[in-house]
Amino acid sequence: MSKSLPSWRELPIGAVILQPGSTVRYKTHEWRTLRPVINQDKCIRCRLCWAYCPEGTILELDKPYTTKAGKVYNITYEVNYDYCKGCGVCAYECPVKAIEMVPEVR
Amino acid sequence: MSRPLTIRDLPREERFAPGHRMCQGCGAAILMRHITKAVPKDTIITQATGCVEVTTTLYPETAWKHPWIHVAFENAAAVASGVEAALKALKRKGVIPESKDVKVLSMGGDGGTFDIGIQALSGMLERGHDVLYIVYDNEAYMNTGIQRSGATPFGAWTTTTPVGKVWRGEWRRKKDIISIALAHRVPYVATVNPAFLPDLYEKIRKALSIKGPKLIHAFSPCVPGWRYEPELTIAIAKMAVFTGVWVNYEVENGEFRVTTPVPKRKPVEEYLKLQGRFRHLTAQEISEIQKYVDEQVEHINKLAGKVVIGPVER
Ligand SMILES: Cc1ncc(C[n+]2csc(CCOP(=O)(O)OP(=O)(O)O)c2C)c(N)n1
Ligand code: SF4
Ligand code: SF4
Ligand code: SF4
Ligand SMILES: [Mg+2]
Repeated sequence: MSKSLPSWRELPIGAVILQPGSTVRYKTHEWRTLRPVINQDKCIRCRLCWAYCPEGTILELDKPYTTKAGKVYNITYEVNYDYCKGCGVCAYECPVKAIEMVPEVR
Repeated sequence: MSRPLTIRDLPREERFAPGHRMCQGCGAAILMRHITKAVPKDTIITQATGCVEVTTTLYPETAWKHPWIHVAFENAAAVASGVEAALKALKRKGVIPESKDVKVLSMGGDGGTFDIGIQALSGMLERGHDVLYIVYDNEAYMNTGIQRSGATPFGAWTTTTPVGKVWRGEWRRKKDIISIALAHRVPYVATVNPAFLPDLYEKIRKALSIKGPKLIHAFSPCVPGWRYEPELTIAIAKMAVFTGVWVNYEVENGEFRVTTPVPKRKPVEEYLKLQGRFRHLTAQEISEIQKYVDEQVEHINKLAGKVVIGPVER
């Protein structure tokens, strides 16, 4: 059940929003029909998907990863599936085609 | 000069929260992410009504982490002027220390800048307020349903420049907002494009380091308004530069510099064919657009004093 809206008396003057970045409460994953899946062995850590994602939902993590070929990386790129809208920009721009757009089956 | 920035130099920290309602693949969302990375954390942002405003501030939530204010559609630059004047007054009265350097950033869409907000912008530039104004240009009034604006390019379909037997999309050419800003003798103007993010970051930092009014014109692909698949946003932004439809440059104290030279241009149809809004164009109309691009490139090369944007290679 949705709780009733606050009265104007309870709101700050000018209805100022006091919580920066509070849209994080609204998860946008349901917009998605395709899910980007990053192949960590193929990824060359070029940073392009991270830079071009309109949602900022490709996370750049200080998480070491050793590829099957034995190459060691200090960072890992992971998708935050709570907000990814499935636009496909990351997969389209990846220079080594390390991101696959997989249909969401629900 | 120090070395040019690369993609590695862009700050990791996000200052523009997810959960906003901008469309899948929105070009303006990419711009906002990187603009908020480039400006200091205490920068005050004033924003005109438009897509970015309505999709980021659905009460009681906001995607912004900067102090951010929206008043109306036509007055983002006037609000910024007031904020900047208020900062000066607060310093004069000793409320905030004289040494505290708070930047003011103002943003609007093309409708809110080229058309309805032009008076507020002109006043801000003329009075010399220390404000950076960024126009994200998606070439129509997108938020209200794709109506043409003064920034809509020749030939583009919009809901108010339809395509039929009599009308062939927009029949006027895009307004030159940069020349309008330069006519106010401002110290810095630049163009940026979301496919060229280190360039964008560098220009914003430079603009903020210069005192006085500055204008940055940003290319902003729009998925539903330009009619393309969302994955193509950056591909279209790149193709705009490779065809010479869009040129990345800056004018610093009258000195003109192209920041993304293009030795060999691609034919303009490579850009047009990616977008449904140009689908109706005939070969003759495309060659007319090519002529307009050639004219623009000639003008740019003249300003640069050398060939920085090369000829079309087929
Ligand atoms: C005075 C006034 N007229 C009209 C509107 C309705 N309106 C809101 S946003 C908008 C379009 C904005 O277009 P633009 O500035 O290009 O931004 P975009 O939505 O394309 O990002 C219009 C017409 C308004 N809010 N105020
Ligand atoms: S599909 Fe789009 S929203 Fe999702 S991670 Fe890739 S670029 Fe970001
Ligand atoms: S664009 Fe591709 S290669 Fe580059 S970091 Fe992303 S997944 Fe890795
Ligand atoms: S209509 Fe266009 S500019 Fe507006 S949010 Fe959608 S893609 Fe972005
Ligand atoms: Mg617009």
